[in-house]
Order: sequence, then C-alpha cells, then structure tokens
Amino acid sequence: MSQLMFLQAINQALREELRRDEKVILMGEDVHTGTFGETKGIFEEFGPERVMSTPISESGFTGTAVGAAIGGMRPVVEFMVSDFMFVAMDQLVNQAAKTRYMTGGQATIPVTFMALNMGGGAAGQHSDNTAAYFVHTPGLKVVMPSTPYDAKGLLKSAIRDDNPVIYFMEFKVFMNREEVPDEDYTVPIGKGIVRREGKDVTIVGAGYANYLAMQVAEKLAGEGVSVEVVDPRTLTPLDEDVILGSVAKTGRLVVCDDDWRQCSFASEVSAVVAEKGYVYLKAPIKRVTRAQVPVPHSPVLEREMLISEEKLIKAVKEVLQ
Amino acid sequence: MLSNEDLMWMYRKLVLLRQAEERLVQLSNQGKVGTLLAGVGQEAIPVGAVKTMGPHDKWAPSHRGVCDMVVKDGVELKYVYAEVYGKATGYNKGKGGSMHLASYKDNVLNLVGIVGGGIPLATGSALAQKKQKTGGATLCFFGDGASNQGTFHESLNLAAIWKLPIVYVVQNNQYAMTTAASYAVSVKDISERAKGYGIPGMTVDGNDVLAVYEAVDEAMKRARQGEGPSLIECKTYRWYGHHAGAGADEQMGWIYRPAEEVEEWKAKDPIPRFEKKLVEQGVLDESKKKVVWDEVNAYIEEAVQFAESSPWPDPAEVYTDVFTDYIPS
Repeated sequence: MSQLMFLQAINQALREELRRDEKVILMGEDVHTGTFGETKGIFEEFGPERVMSTPISESGFTGTAVGAAIGGMRPVVEFMVSDFMFVAMDQLVNQAAKTRYMTGGQATIPVTFMALNMGGGAAGQHSDNTAAYFVHTPGLKVVMPSTPYDAKGLLKSAIRDDNPVIYFMEFKVFMNREEVPDEDYTVPIGKGIVRREGKDVTIVGAGYANYLAMQVAEKLAGEGVSVEVVDPRTLTPLDEDVILGSVAKTGRLVVCDDDWRQCSFASEVSAVVAEKGYVYLKAPIKRVTRAQVPVPHSPVLEREMLISEEKLIKAVKEVLQ
Repeated sequence: MLSNEDLMWMYRKLVLLRQAEERLVQLSNQGKVGTLLAGVGQEAIPVGAVKTMGPHDKWAPSHRGVCDMVVKDGVELKYVYAEVYGKATGYNKGKGGSMHLASYKDNVLNLVGIVGGGIPLATGSALAQKKQKTGGATLCFFGDGASNQGTFHESLNLAAIWKLPIVYVVQNNQYAMTTAASYAVSVKDISERAKGYGIPGMTVDGNDVLAVYEAVDEAMKRARQGEGPSLIECKTYRWYGHHAGAGADEQMGWIYRPAEEVEEWKAKDPIPRFEKKLVEQGVLDESKKKVVWDEVNAYIEEAVQFAESSPWPDPAEVYTDVFTDYIPS
C-alpha cells in the first residue's frame, strides 16, 4: 500500500497496463510531458513507440485510435481537458460508439478515452463536464471515479474492456490522497458502491460530486442528519440496484452532479428512481447541478453557477422538511 | 506484370460491379430497397486498386459504390444484397445497410456514412499494422467531398509524421452531392494537397483500370516497405446522381449537371475501354465476353433470390452487438 494522490494512482495504472500488455499504447496531446501530471514519466519509461504524442488534431487522433483498436491494438487516448472532446464528436459518437453495432458485431473496439473535467476555474471552454453527452450515446461505457483507489482500479478495467470506455477524471479531486494497493487489482465497470451508510436521505453523486456529498454527510451528521452516500462510479451501464436499494432504505433522494441540469446524469438518475422507486419516496427528488449557463470567468459569477456544499446542504434540508 | 489471368480477373470484376450496382438500382426503382449511393461509372478504381492487395492488406471502401466490396475475393454479393434488404443473413445482420457494409474476415473494413469520417479509422488501421509489424498496408477510399473535411487533413498529417503504411485514394467524381469539385475544392488536382503534408501525390485517369492499378501498386509497395503514405487522385464520374433508384436526384428536382457533361463521361466508360485493350491483346473475344457477362448475370440473380428469400432478423437482435459483454434494454 502507498499513499497516492488521485493523479498518481492514474499514472500507476497506466504504467502497469503498458507493462502488462504490449498492445496498449498511449496517445494524446503532450502526453510526453504530462500536462496535469497523470502521464508524467511514462514517456521516459516506454518511449515514443508506446507513448505517442499527437498533433492538436482531436478528430484525427481519436479516429486513428478507434481504427487501431479495430485493428487489434488497445489504445488509450488522453484528451487533456474534456471540452476538447467536442472537436472529436463525430469520431466518438458516430464511429467509436456505433461501429460495432453497425457492422453486426464484426468490429471489436477496445479503446479508452481519458478526459479531465476541470470543474471550473477556466471559463467557458475549459470547465465543462462532458459526461452526459456520452451517457446519452449507446455503445459507450462511461466511468467517473471519485477516489484514488477507484481511479486506479477503474482505469485498469477500462483499458482491459473490449469496448470503448470513456474515463472521466475530475480535477477537483486530483490531489486527494488515500491508501492504494501496489499490486494489481481492478474495480468492475457497472458496479456502484454505498460510500457512507445513513438512514434519512440518499445523495447520489460521482466524481467530485461524490466527494462533495461525503463532506456534506460529515457536516450534517453533526446536526443529527444521517446521510447515505452512493457513488455510482460507472455512469453507464448504471448500477440501478445500488441506487434503488439506498432510496428504498432512506425514502429521500438528492442527486448531485457537477454538470448542467438539462438532460444530465442527474436527470437520468432521477428518472430511474421516479420510474422504478416511486413507492419508496417520501419527498420529491432534488437535483443539485450547475445553473443552465456557460461557466463564467469571474469567481463571483462562477460561485453562483457551480455546485457547492451550501447548495447541497440546502437541498438535503429541503427534502427532509 | 499482370498476367492474362489477372487481366481477365479485372474484366470480370468490372462487369460484376457494373451489373450488380445496376441491378440494385433497378430493385430500388421497384421499391424493394431504399435509395442508393450508386458507383456506376467509377468501377475502374476499386478494381484497379484492390488488385494490388496482398494477404495482409486492408481496404476501407468509400460509401459510394454499394457493391464495391465484391471486388475483393471472398466477399459474396448475396450477403451484400441481403444486407441492403435488411435481412438477417446480411454481412451486418441487417444493422448496417448499404452505407455501413463490412466484411472484416475478408480484410474489408466498414463503409462509413459520414463523409470523411472513415479516413481517421483507416489511418488507425495502418497504425495497427505498423505496430503489429504485419507487413500489410491499408487502402483508404473516399471522394472529393471528403478531401475538404478536417479529418482528411489531420489524417494525412498524422500518417506522414508517423510514416504509416497507407494509401489514400480519392475518387474524384466531380461532385459532392450536388456541389461541384470545381467550385468547392481549392486546387485543380486534389493530389496537390499531398505537398502540404510532404508525401507523394499523383493524379491518374480513374476510368483507366490499369492506370489506377499501376499508381496504387507502387504506392502500396512503398507503404509496405515503411516509406509512408501516398495520396492518389483518380478522376472519374458517377453516372447516376448523388442518390440513385428511389428518391434519385431527378425526382428530388436537384438539377446541377449539364446533360452533355454526363454524356461526355459516359463515352469514357471504363469497361469498353478495357475491353478494347483486351481484344487488341488477344485476351478477350466475343465468346469469352459472353461467358463473363452470362456468368455475372446468373451470379447476380442468385444473389437477388438469396436476399429475397432470406429471413428477417429476430426483433430481439436489436439489442445485441452494442457491446461485447452487455445487452442494453
């Protein structure tokens, strides 16, 4: 076991998978330097044949990775900031996601796309959470770890998966530390977890939203409110059972999502519970999300727009009334 | 050097493509299949280019030329037709249709319905060939319209800097839907764009099957030897409009090509041109010609029968093949 930061856990998973399977290659802009540290030192260990820095050509290298995956490789693509995925949307949505289906199962596409949700701090085009676009799209698996342990285990599962997997990293938990096993382990895709047991209300949130939920649960425990925190870890395919099981126990649901509200992951979780868990509910479901505006630059404006502990606490108290 | 047998192979494939595509247009006019991106008139390009393929090479055809893939030995027209009909026996189990046909086992990658969308995928195929040292190269087909997409430029740049074993074949049939290449493409010859990426580029007569063969053969050899990508422009013409059969351009009121232009190009039909050459060389005569056309036509009728008598897919199949290990609801 070692105390690792989230980004170090990612780095360890990448190195271990590159060592384990020579079909794994890492591609992306500036992966040789490692923009945010998650790929630091990997180029030095594996060289340019395995770690391929790309020109700034998101469509080109995304499609090239998909084609290489069809051709028998196991590429890992690093998108730096997730907003850049929009430049490659045709390759992600029309090609990566649909090609297996359109070919009647002829194509097998073991590719992993890593993307960093900055969570704010960089205004309109470097601060989005792009997960919902891909949760909406059939043919892609989407994971979003919230802890260093899951960061390592889910990245390994993503790389070993025979399907396109989008692996979201959340910058706001990038420096969080915890004990991470040095040995090989995986966290299964499609399995959520109850991170904190409670009896009054369930908060569902992934990535940074889960971290926020854990902080809020701790605070509210001091006020006598017992919060259960569910971390889906995988956004699609969604572990509905862990969410419904928790709501069956608490009867109240707040979904926290560091994204816009409309057609969001929060909306999807809310709909699943409304459709399948209505009988458990003692209060209307609440969503805590970003306001439906682009991310602004000024910290004062941004605070108004983003999710926060205060907003989450307020929502929890409202469903408890 | 091509043997007489090779030349006859090319002739048979030209006739097969022409007849298979024309039959499909007929079926579309009869309402049996939907609208088509017919490749009639362009046959010399797939025939000449695919003739260069070795056992480790892969080919990503363009989505124009529904039947193009039958040029590749091993690919059977009946499964192509069955796919276009949406039957369970089609290459893609009825999930792809005419714009996404594929036969991976025959090294034919899927057609891509987004113009230019397949160029990065083919580039990735070449990357996989290089990384796995298969000794093979990838043939990547697309049209003049795709050469205006960012994916074309990004892919050529990537293939050039990584020296990937790929040959980009642009079938310049003069029109992207209804927009003329003379208007929409900034250069006279699309092969000039190769210069921007420091790779060889050349333009050939796309209605001359041997010219296509020679240019692509040399480029494929270079690619296999690790000398990197090339861009080959084959100038040609599609006889039908963007859509053929049901919903053809004329039915839609899309008028954009002078009738004389169409006639001018029909006079450059690649099949009689090649026939003439073969007759002059003593490879082909009237009786051999008749055998080829009769065999091809019989083969096509069998394929129609197969497609029409094939079962529809089980509706439960709609959920499969999304993932390798997970069935959505």
